[in-house]
Amino acid sequence: MQLDANTSMDLKIVSLISVGKHPTSGRARRAEQDGRAVELGLTLAEAGRGKQNLTVLHAGDSQQSALRSYAGMGLESVRVIQLRESADAVSPLTEYLRKHVPDIILTGVRAESGESSGMVPYLLAEKLGWPVVPRIANIVSIKEGVAEVLQALPRGQRRALTVRLPFIASVDNAAAEPRQSAFGPANRALMEQQQAGSETDTVRSEWSELPARKRPKRLKVVKAKTAADRFKAATAKPQGSGGKVLKDKTVTEQAQAIFDLLLEEGVLR
Amino acid sequence: MTFEWLHPFLIATALLLAAVGAVRRVNLWRAGQPESVDFVAGLMAMPGRYLHDLHDIVERDKYMSKTHAATGGGFVLSLLLVVLVHLFGVQNQILAWALLASLALMFVGAIFVFKRRLNPPSRLSKGPWMRLPKSLLAFSSAFFILTLPMAGVLPEGAGGLLLTIVLGVFIAMGLSEMLLGMTWGGPMKHAFAGALHLAFHRRPERFGGGRSTGLKPVALDQRVLGVQKPEDFKWNQLLGFDACVQCGKCEAVCPAFAAGQPLNPKKLIQDMVVGMAGGSDAHYAGSPYPGKEVGQANGGPLLTITEGLIDPDTLWSCTTCRACVEECPMMIEHVDAIVDMRRFLTMETGSTPNKGAEVLDNLIATDNPNGNAPASRTNWAADQNLPLLRDVKETDVVFWVSDGAFDMRSQRILRAFVSLLKAANVDFAVLGDEELDSGDVARRLGDDATFQSLAKRNIAALSQYKFKRIVTTDPHAYHCLRNEYTDFAGDVFKGVEVLHHTTFLNELVQAGKLKLSRFKGGKVTYHDPCYLGRYNGEYEAPRELLRSLGIEIAEMERSGFRSRCCGGGGGAPITDIPGERRIADMRMEDVQTTGAELIAVGCQQCTAMLEGVVEPRPQVKDIAEILASVLLDDEAANDVENQLEEAF
Ligand code: SF4
Ligand code: SF4
Repeated sequence: MQLDANTSMDLKIVSLISVGKHPTSGRARRAEQDGRAVELGLTLAEAGRGKQNLTVLHAGDSQQSALRSYAGMGLESVRVIQLRESADAVSPLTEYLRKHVPDIILTGVRAESGESSGMVPYLLAEKLGWPVVPRIANIVSIKEGVAEVLQALPRGQRRALTVRLPFIASVDNAAAEPRQSAFGPANRALMEQQQAGSETDTVRSEWSELPARKRPKRLKVVKAKTAADRFKAATAKPQGSGGKVLKDKTVTEQAQAIFDLLLEEGVLR
Repeated sequence: MTFEWLHPFLIATALLLAAVGAVRRVNLWRAGQPESVDFVAGLMAMPGRYLHDLHDIVERDKYMSKTHAATGGGFVLSLLLVVLVHLFGVQNQILAWALLASLALMFVGAIFVFKRRLNPPSRLSKGPWMRLPKSLLAFSSAFFILTLPMAGVLPEGAGGLLLTIVLGVFIAMGLSEMLLGMTWGGPMKHAFAGALHLAFHRRPERFGGGRSTGLKPVALDQRVLGVQKPEDFKWNQLLGFDACVQCGKCEAVCPAFAAGQPLNPKKLIQDMVVGMAGGSDAHYAGSPYPGKEVGQANGGPLLTITEGLIDPDTLWSCTTCRACVEECPMMIEHVDAIVDMRRFLTMETGSTPNKGAEVLDNLIATDNPNGNAPASRTNWAADQNLPLLRDVKETDVVFWVSDGAFDMRSQRILRAFVSLLKAANVDFAVLGDEELDSGDVARRLGDDATFQSLAKRNIAALSQYKFKRIVTTDPHAYHCLRNEYTDFAGDVFKGVEVLHHTTFLNELVQAGKLKLSRFKGGKVTYHDPCYLGRYNGEYEAPRELLRSLGIEIAEMERSGFRSRCCGGGGGAPITDIPGERRIADMRMEDVQTTGAELIAVGCQQCTAMLEGVVEPRPQVKDIAEILASVLLDDEAANDVENQLEEAF
């Protein structure tokens, strides 16, 4: 990570964390992607002046013990905007961020529980009027207020982007794994509580939650001839395949193509 | 005699300086953390502990035990008499003759020390230790000659000035080694620190044939968890490090050392001494950590051990097999020290290597090391119709299934054991998914917080039910349940016996509850799991079981308390520190020298490690599997009985 002297001095980073949910046990835990957002934040802060440049922020219940597993990464404190369970996190977060004006906000791509819509970075960006960079793998450098960011694409591909500070980025699973959480620092970290007004998340309160059922998977017939092809097929992230690019067609033709596809796939009957 | 004052003066000076050194040394130990010890009882018990416990271990090497008895015994007696005769000038022919006799004894002992040092095995330290036999000889011979006149053998003043001076030099040499060296850090330090270490040992239960192998719990609200600096050890642990005689017995048996991993228990203990006293390891004159140069390590009582004194890889190489502890004549506790330092690395710095962090995360989130769904714990037994404690509430035997439940190979062992339980009509039940990982791996990896959490929840689950015994096929769980849960269990385990399945099965077989045919296979050897043997002293039951099948065990050279680890303990397969060889391969070589076609084991971890060795190699089977394979079903058993009846 390269930081130039100016930015490194007062680069303010906020990593947003949520309460994760373990896929097999359903227990609260450090969320995979949010852990990566903290890891990236720590790496940035350590490259600069030190850990005090990083604020790890949660909107929810400060008593939630899963928050401590983030603190175990070596944080002295976690800042918590205290909210009722039914509250919507976006507006208190916006309020906080407006007040503290960080340079970079890092989030996960989507939460592991709750709505898990992945909308938080977008909603925050909309309210703050900042750009969003989705699914980043790393921040390569920050020079003169411009960050060079690597965006994660399927099959280990990366796209280099530059973005002017301040910005919001969601951190992809391709980013560096979060460091081990140690019990000692986790146990000793301070949970800095902040009070905030909030509104009830009315949309969510109307929902009921059910355990997810596995969706049937389409059988993949691999007609690979070589080991390399088989390997590719086995490791590929699901990606639209066999599609057509209809750039130069008329709007009607394009619409017809989509309609045909939907019919073919059985979405429309 | 001219210069009459010279020799008493030398003796008095040496004693005084030794006393100053002793105070300084004691202060080094006192820098450690408080630990309450019964001082009086310890000191009173010390001679007995020396004569029995310590000497029993030295006795394994007859040459050395005789040599040590002569040299050490001769020296202690001589020193007392030297003080009486030469310092206080007590004129008594009997005393003088007694002194001559003890000096002669010491001299003879010293000659044997000298002989051993002519071509010392690599496990012995060189350096100042090579000087020791000469100093012993100088001490005993010089005082011998000095005492002759008092015994009336030589006329008073014989030899004149020259002899006096020559004797003076020898005496000075002998005294500085024997007395100054004792408290100022020479080889003889082992006698001073060793004696006190025996008196104030942190595990007094070990003396008199006892066993104390459970790790001590960490108080989780401490300022620093685990040992960061030498000062964070308990004071009597520091004292224990100082007792090391650098005999290298530990090095010779350490599987990690033999595998070329960067661990040498002897060097580790010496590095602890360097840390406690401050300085570098440049004066260390024994074998290094494999692949690491000596002389680069620096430490001090207030410096972080893993930054400059010891490479964390050294600590993570240990399989916690306790072979070193078992062999150490000074009864030093290597494993305690290693785990104490691991605790700091895991619970403070979060730097458990390789798969360590992942395994710990899984244990926290799913109560098993591989992150399997907690609700799938009993899937292996879907066809077994096992009674659940949740339903029956009360049973004779709780079958502690352990994490083998998630592993296909281990499930074969579990099934075999269940078939035996059923055949013997044992009243048993399992906890089902109320059972959690025992916490063994978490604890050995230094995460005592997770261990304690698992232990407490397991105990809470058990406390809801009534039972008389817990039986498990996993020696690691067995060790935790039997020796380590007691710190948290209150009286949940009161009146409850925890048994390894081989012990339990042996009981059943000896009581005639299992009908077994004879084993018809090739040669069989038995591998003692560390956590069954050295940790729990069970060497006999598995052997008796095998013998009762008509098997004549082809013992390996390293068996029983000397058994070599399979490499699977202490989280070693998880931290996976590279070496030149694999420990399991070395163990398989041990097996192959016996010509056995089958290795009987009593541990699923050993099974996994030994089966991981590339073929061709002997087969590996748990004793439960061997028994189940010769189990006669009712019909067959009746047939055998009928045949017998007909025959008569
Ligand atoms: S630790 Fe024990 S076995 Fe090892 S060298 Fe020292 S005294 Fe000998
Ligand atoms: S416990 Fe075993 S592996 Fe660890 S130092 Fe001792 S002998 Fe070596």
